[in-house]
Amino acid sequence: MSVVLETRALCKSFGALTVAEQIHFRLERGARHALIGPNGAGKTTFVNMLTGRLAPSSGQIVLGGEDITALGQAERVKRGLGRTFQINSLFLNAPVVDNVAFAVAEREGVAGRMFRPASHYRAVLDESMALLETLGLAEDARLPVVGLPYGKQRLVEIAIALGLKPRVLLLDEPAAGVPSMESHRILAVLEQLPEDIAILIIEHDMDLVFRFAQRITVLTQGSVLAEGSPAEIGADSRVREVYLGERHA
Amino acid sequence: MQALLSSLVSVAFHGLAYGMILYVISVGLSVTMGLMGFANLAHGVFAMAGGYVMLSAMNRFGVPFPIAIAAAFIAVALGSMVLERLLYARLYTAGELEQVLFTIGLIFISVSVARLIYGTLPQPVFLPDYVKGQLRFLGRDFPTYRVVLILFSISIVGLLWFGVERTRWGAMVRAAVDYRAMAQSVGINTSRLFTLTFALGSGLAALGGALGAEIIAIQPSYPFEHLVYFLIVVSLGGLGNLRGPFFAALLIGVADTACKYWVPEFGAFFIFFATIAILLWRPAGLFGRAA
Amino acid sequence: MSVSHAGGYIADPRIRPIEWLPWVLALLCYFFAPSYLPLGSYVLTMIIFALSLDLILGYGGIITLGHSAYFGTGAYAAGILAVHLTGEPLVGLVAGTLAAGALGFLTGIVILRTRGLALLMLTLAITSLCFEVANKATSWTGGADGLGGFSVQPIVGLFKFDMFGKTAYLYCLVVLFACWWLVRRLVYSPFGASLTGVRENNLRMHAVGAPVYRRLVIAYTISAALAGLAGALLTQTTQFVGLKVLGFELSGELVVMLVLGGVGRIYGAFIGPLVYLMAQDYLAKQFPEYWYFFIGAILVLVVMFARGGILGILDAGVARLRRRSR
Repeated sequence: MSVVLETRALCKSFGALTVAEQIHFRLERGARHALIGPNGAGKTTFVNMLTGRLAPSSGQIVLGGEDITALGQAERVKRGLGRTFQINSLFLNAPVVDNVAFAVAEREGVAGRMFRPASHYRAVLDESMALLETLGLAEDARLPVVGLPYGKQRLVEIAIALGLKPRVLLLDEPAAGVPSMESHRILAVLEQLPEDIAILIIEHDMDLVFRFAQRITVLTQGSVLAEGSPAEIGADSRVREVYLGERHA
Repeated sequence: MQALLSSLVSVAFHGLAYGMILYVISVGLSVTMGLMGFANLAHGVFAMAGGYVMLSAMNRFGVPFPIAIAAAFIAVALGSMVLERLLYARLYTAGELEQVLFTIGLIFISVSVARLIYGTLPQPVFLPDYVKGQLRFLGRDFPTYRVVLILFSISIVGLLWFGVERTRWGAMVRAAVDYRAMAQSVGINTSRLFTLTFALGSGLAALGGALGAEIIAIQPSYPFEHLVYFLIVVSLGGLGNLRGPFFAALLIGVADTACKYWVPEFGAFFIFFATIAILLWRPAGLFGRAA
Repeated sequence: MSVSHAGGYIADPRIRPIEWLPWVLALLCYFFAPSYLPLGSYVLTMIIFALSLDLILGYGGIITLGHSAYFGTGAYAAGILAVHLTGEPLVGLVAGTLAAGALGFLTGIVILRTRGLALLMLTLAITSLCFEVANKATSWTGGADGLGGFSVQPIVGLFKFDMFGKTAYLYCLVVLFACWWLVRRLVYSPFGASLTGVRENNLRMHAVGAPVYRRLVIAYTISAALAGLAGALLTQTTQFVGLKVLGFELSGELVVMLVLGGVGRIYGAFIGPLVYLMAQDYLAKQFPEYWYFFIGAILVLVVMFARGGILGILDAGVARLRRRSR
């Protein structure tokens, strides 16, 4: 089992406010890893640092053995790091298939071509459609995203990330905002994801977390509180305290 | 040496006067852009309107100078309030393109109205006798009016800064500039705040336009010609800022005067070039905060 | 502004029959309305200018009030070349295009690092700078008097510019056709699709690995080059170039023309200038002072109620007809 993504002593402070403290984190190939923690624990900050949207104050991020700490977002994407956003970040007025095609075309390196019409790049289109099929979105392919119900939009969000054929996929609250009746669909999609992709999921929906994850990391106030299998985490008194204590507060 | 010193003093003095006028006109723009996030390119219209109101009052109706100035301030402040409630407020959440287009539309409308009413030539400025002439200071002659202008502007600025630092209104403006959503959630009536602040900013622009009618001629092309300068003051000074644009305005005022005096073949070239360079180095302005 | 954009991965790039309408109209005008040819040439030139702006504003989402900097650069380049070197028109066109493209590239790499007000301000400052340079460098540009008194030689030695503007009109038409073909190709290409993506959701484009800055710089350079081409064309067809080509007013008018027609729609760049300039030709003669008022009012109304411009209104009308016919 090789380590695909790793952070070493990752720290981030905004002046006197420390949002990430000495985070050592490892993600294995094919992992199904969840990152949980109370609100404000620094989970999204951590993901933003992993993807390059936010620069860490100190520490290193290593992807596939390569130090990517200084690289920008687009470069990390090229090296196989994909993500979804907590709040949908889609191309709302474009057709669903175009949303995915943008990602596929970038990956294939054809997105900058200026002469042949886009629709002639059949390989891009076919791959995008196939991806939409696996997510159950094929019938909506030609519709503008803005017309889709939120749950389906969430799936488009995942589809775009998958179009990048990432080695590592970071899912920021994939079920957020989705009515609980529809979140099973998201879970079904997650369970069908290719085995060799390493997946890190941030979630509050504990049901989803415990059904999906093989390893869980708990983050509170910017540092790692505990890490282990679902059973270990479920039994960990400190974790319960953090969550129960928060519920009482 | 004597001649050089003399021209330095002259440039500094006239640059100061010009810079103060620029500031009084532009400060409203900085605050409303920082407060409402609205790119009001039509700000020059209010300055022009102030100039026209004052000059009409004086030239056509024989109103005394101080009252004409006050009239300019009040009339434009009230008028801008109406505009803000009816039109501007609808576009606060609109995209940047809509805001730019709307304000360009306003400029077109006001330029044509000005042309229709007043014709294309600059308005003549007849200052009252008590501000005409020269004042002698340290062995040099300074135009009285410009001295009055500088002193008056400084007092306006002082009042403004005091008002923003010490009054409740000022505190609310500062809070809303910093965190608009937060300000709303602590119960600050942002729409009323916007209207009042907009009116004050436009009134100040009118005041600046009226006072500065001698320096910046009042004519229909005013909003087009001088927009660049107001925007430069605001971009260099930083949005939502009071102090920044002050120093930026003085800088521009003196630099522009100096350039026009010493290197007229280049004119405003250096100003624009410097603006481009500074904005690239610091997109939020010399004194602004990065968004 | 939400616009229905042409292009994308499922869009059919073939030319639809209705797309030939502008060319048919243009030829009809040549044969049946010869007195309008000089105005027609101007309209055609402005359409090229509007197309260039649409590329960067409608597709790239970059709001600029300084596009006349590139138009004017092209115009003066062609004029200065005609005065000092050769009046050969095609060479002049190339010169204008290259000069403007170079300026577009140099300014683009620098200003596209910023966004929002800073970007808008920079576009204004660059135009003002160019204006000042042209204003003061009188030995080259003629300053406020402008540059005239040069003649333009026959195109490829064969087609002489006549007094009635016939040659000029066809010249502009051919150049416009070439530009249209180029822009249309660009819009339907993956590059064009990615520009739309940048406009719609800049953040997401970064997150799919798109080199956003590089794409914008390329688009901006092409846009500037096309604007310069239009400028050079104007110089050659009017045999004069003056300071107006670099003014902020022209930039503003161009934005109005494009918005009037419809942003991000290719043909908005056709309809907008046509309607605007024809209306101006008619109304400005009758009521010159009212023209600006009228345009300002239309602009405010368009922003408040009809953000898609004329094409947007037509779209809505067509949609309503379709619904009724069901």
